[in-house]
Amino acid sequence: MSETIPTPGTPLAADAAASVDGGLVHGLYRDGDKIADTAAPAGPIDKKWTTRKFEAHLVNPANRRKLSVIIVGTGLAGGAAAATLGEAGYHVKSFCYQDSPRRAHSIAAQGGINAAKNYKEDGDSTHRLFYDTVKGGDYRSRETNVYRLAEVSANIIDQCVAQGVPFAREYGGLLDNRSFGGVQVSRTFYARGQTGQQLLIGAYQALERQVAAGTVTSYTRHEMLELVVVDGRARGIIARDMVTGEIQTHLADVVVLATGGYGNVFFLSTNAMGSNVTAGWRAHRKGAYFGNPCYTQIHPTCIPVSGDHQSKLTLMSESLRNDGRIWVPKRREDCEKDPRDIPEEDRDYYLERIYPSFGNLVPRDIASRQAKNVCDEGRGVGPKVGDFRRGVYLDFTDALKRMSAEAVGEKYGNLLDMYHRITGDNPYEVPMRIYPAVHYTMGGLWVDYDLQSNVPGLFVTGEANFSDHGANRLGASALMQGLADGYFVLPNTIRDYLSHAPYPAVSEDHPAVVEARDAVQRRVDTLLSINGERTVDSFHKELGHIMWEYCGMERSEEGLRKGIDLIRSLRAEFWRNVRVLGAADTLNQSLEKAGRVADFLELGELMCIDALHRRESCGGHFRAESQTEDGEALRHDDGYLYVAAWEFGGSPDGGDTGIPILHKEDLVYQAIELKQRSYK
Amino acid sequence: MATPTLLQGEQTARRTTVFMKILMASTGALFVFYVLMHMYGNLKIFFGYQAFDEYAEHLREMLTPILPHTGFLWLFRVLLILSLFVHAYAAFTLWSRANGARPQRYAVKSAAKGAARSKMMRWGGVALLAFLVFHLVQFTIAKVNFNGNFTAAQLGDSTGKLVIASFQLWWVVLIYVVAMVALGMHLFHGVWSGAQTLGLTDSAASRRLAHATAHVVAGVVVIGFLLPPLAILFGLVK
Amino acid sequence: MNLTLNIWRQDGPEAPGRMVTYQLADVSGDMSFLEMLDVLNESLITKGEEPIAFDSDCREGICGMCGLMISGNAHGPVTTTTCQLHMREFHDGDSITIEPWRADAFPMIKDLVVDRSSFDRIIQAGGFISANTGSAPEAHSVPVEKRKADRAFEAAACIGCGACVAACPNASAMLFMGAKVTHLGELPQGQPERYARVVKMVAQHDHEGFGGCTNTGACADACPKEIPLDVINTLNRDLRGALGRGR
Repeated sequence: MSETIPTPGTPLAADAAASVDGGLVHGLYRDGDKIADTAAPAGPIDKKWTTRKFEAHLVNPANRRKLSVIIVGTGLAGGAAAATLGEAGYHVKSFCYQDSPRRAHSIAAQGGINAAKNYKEDGDSTHRLFYDTVKGGDYRSRETNVYRLAEVSANIIDQCVAQGVPFAREYGGLLDNRSFGGVQVSRTFYARGQTGQQLLIGAYQALERQVAAGTVTSYTRHEMLELVVVDGRARGIIARDMVTGEIQTHLADVVVLATGGYGNVFFLSTNAMGSNVTAGWRAHRKGAYFGNPCYTQIHPTCIPVSGDHQSKLTLMSESLRNDGRIWVPKRREDCEKDPRDIPEEDRDYYLERIYPSFGNLVPRDIASRQAKNVCDEGRGVGPKVGDFRRGVYLDFTDALKRMSAEAVGEKYGNLLDMYHRITGDNPYEVPMRIYPAVHYTMGGLWVDYDLQSNVPGLFVTGEANFSDHGANRLGASALMQGLADGYFVLPNTIRDYLSHAPYPAVSEDHPAVVEARDAVQRRVDTLLSINGERTVDSFHKELGHIMWEYCGMERSEEGLRKGIDLIRSLRAEFWRNVRVLGAADTLNQSLEKAGRVADFLELGELMCIDALHRRESCGGHFRAESQTEDGEALRHDDGYLYVAAWEFGGSPDGGDTGIPILHKEDLVYQAIELKQRSYK
Repeated sequence: MATPTLLQGEQTARRTTVFMKILMASTGALFVFYVLMHMYGNLKIFFGYQAFDEYAEHLREMLTPILPHTGFLWLFRVLLILSLFVHAYAAFTLWSRANGARPQRYAVKSAAKGAARSKMMRWGGVALLAFLVFHLVQFTIAKVNFNGNFTAAQLGDSTGKLVIASFQLWWVVLIYVVAMVALGMHLFHGVWSGAQTLGLTDSAASRRLAHATAHVVAGVVVIGFLLPPLAILFGLVK
Repeated sequence: MNLTLNIWRQDGPEAPGRMVTYQLADVSGDMSFLEMLDVLNESLITKGEEPIAFDSDCREGICGMCGLMISGNAHGPVTTTTCQLHMREFHDGDSITIEPWRADAFPMIKDLVVDRSSFDRIIQAGGFISANTGSAPEAHSVPVEKRKADRAFEAAACIGCGACVAACPNASAMLFMGAKVTHLGELPQGQPERYARVVKMVAQHDHEGFGGCTNTGACADACPKEIPLDVINTLNRDLRGALGRGR
């Protein structure tokens, strides 16, 4: 495909292909003005961050304690930021919905964290990490942000080691590295399969230290339900104390959202049960642009759904594909058989067949999509869920013959044990079953180089922003981004915003504050008073089915349109027919879920609209209308080399979602040349 | 009821439950030493009551003339009494603390083995305390003779004779058997627990050693203490 | 399979609690324990009864949010978290009693949900290494002996779920605390604060109302992450070290 950078003024294919009717593109959204990141300073890419840090104004240490910062979320991005800003002396309020900041879902990341330390002297460098990340993101990320990410990555490792994070070490006592996610250098630092846990505990301990020092106030079991915007600036949040049900107003000079991803819009994902989009979505409704909402990463090696009771999915490291062979029966009628009784000639090792050179090691998106294809053909294995069997075999029989059970156990023991515990099947005897699952969302609130959204005073970090990962995230990069944002980027950029503070005092009875608080109260009251027939979970499951079917691994205009219609009617039914029992003034988990699902029902539609407008296959998602003759993903740099930043089109204080407005931020690559990926 | 606040200012190790445990472990270690010596002395009875009485007299003469007659013995007794007080005080404090730490009990008793062990230490300790009082009254303070076959004149002031007279009674022996089994169980967990509390079990080898020591000490003490009474009961020592 | 569930219900911290018996039919062995409760809750809502409140988040056995006393066993009959316990460990016709963690330092919130913020305060008291952002030396400037690094890691695996407290006959949190003291104390970075840390943490532990340790080992038996009992030994040793240093 094209490797040229479009010059401004070239008509974009997207506009040419789109049908514009009554001002509505595709009948779904309006085109808005283009936007651009104006925060990144001029100059060569490797000097930009130094320049920005120098140009960011300072805040006198004596003034810092008079300035207040609200940080929502206590994962790597939020916890690290709260600790660092607390250390600096600001007055920080930290919020999380869990019972302790230590439980944020960053804790579940297994693999590792990338850093351009080049400890192996294998040719790694800041520039190479930057290059790999942009390429891995299929050239849909902003290069200035990614370069900075690579630049501060080495500091993260220093910081974590100083905090006592027990990274894996060699016998000499120095840190060990491994190569991860198909890159050719060993730059991944890890702590067995619990890297996320160890990094998060490091940040958590730093945070608790500041709580003891009095600089940070921790609000656990508190959920942000509304953003307070006063005179165009983010000035606080409305939160619900999940134990007492009290609706609280928290005001500050600046608000940071570090609230993670929204993969739970699919109901089944590898996210935590409580992971949600509410904070981001409420901010979006208050004016913050939502960037690339349709960018979702789907991981191929998860344990399949075992029945309707399934509440979440568990990921297994994709390293299993190094030694396991993936197959399904050639004939549908064999799908119920014991796999050990299916002779070799009746098995279809489909990845090896379609991609002879890469075989089972094709990238995540391809492995995922082909698994879906064979299951759609009716050749999936395992229990029937709905009308289909959703699973393919990941077979270690050959590896066991080649290596011995001990050698396999040494390499993959903990993963095979986990599989055994969850499924009850022994992978040493029966082939494992796997199926793709949603596990990360690259999209999120739009931010500039300073990580500030288009709403002044609202900063967004980590997975919650539209991020540094473009259309696809490389392994071991999520932890890197969370900590880079939290420890090193945000504290420097937020300083510039705070140097203009204090902003005019806002009282709790300011009309904008009262309006926000009343809106939350109304919503709670409404949810509790509908008293319909269906449970919250039943709506969430149905939404998940729609999203997975029409906005999952493979998307088409027809499917997306259908999905949008289904979501709209489901949302209407939700507000008419949901049943939320219990009271508002106590712990009420149904009420919590209902609020989150209500927001997912709005986000889901925007994701479909974004997916529909982006008529190209790129990164983790495949667009049926945009493929090569042999069915491979086809990217369109001439039409879609931009960030889609969506503005909320409805009324901010309630009612329906209205008509979203698309603002495009053109992606300009100066330090890197655009290329097309190929796996053949 | 716990208060959800963070302690302010400097804290001292001396006011923690772990310090209390260290006190229990240190005093416990002294008792283990004492009990082993006591047991060794008891075995003198196999050489006749005279040997037993000589040994007892020798204890009173220890470190004379630096110390007066019975001086060492009294110093040691004071130390033991103080230790007993500390040991029991710490035990009761931790016990009452543990009760307060779980005001609402489980409906289904914990299936973990630990609960039984804890109970055994506490009630076993109480039983041992009661036995100690009986034992001191019997042989040290009042020198009570329950055996009608011996007159006070026959026994004189010989503790050795009193021992032989006492253990010719089956029920006295029974009390001692029960008490020694309790002591054995107390030591069985106590020696290991003390080693752990004193921070001596930080490797697999030291843990094995502590467990083995606990077994040996408990076994030696039970057998060593019960040999004389049983031998007397069955007429092997007269 | 069909199950009889005896579940603790309590509307709030001050409300009286009671055991309530539910019959649940058609439970699949592939369900996790919490999914089984999800199914029960869906049926309760349909019947117009308030669902049972219980904590869970990651459901992968790592966040430490879930934790139930299942027929007298913290996290159930096998060594794992409640969320990773699967119903195939049970049999048709079983009667299962489900209770919350019980400890004075874990006050009741509702049904099976308790407040474990005392753990956070123990960490606040000293469960950290003071290293301000930006102040860190180059990561390779301090090598760490592999044996110590491994032991630190083993202790750092703690997920803060509270099973140790729930299982302990004294409701003591020594295993939780010992894990943190060992994790940080084994590393060279943790040395400057080592003795101050243990004193502050234990003092806060006692202040919270946890019981003292009697070395029963019930905690280590219940620990889903198999934190060994010897971390308590390390804690004791460090506290003794603090005494020797006049703290």
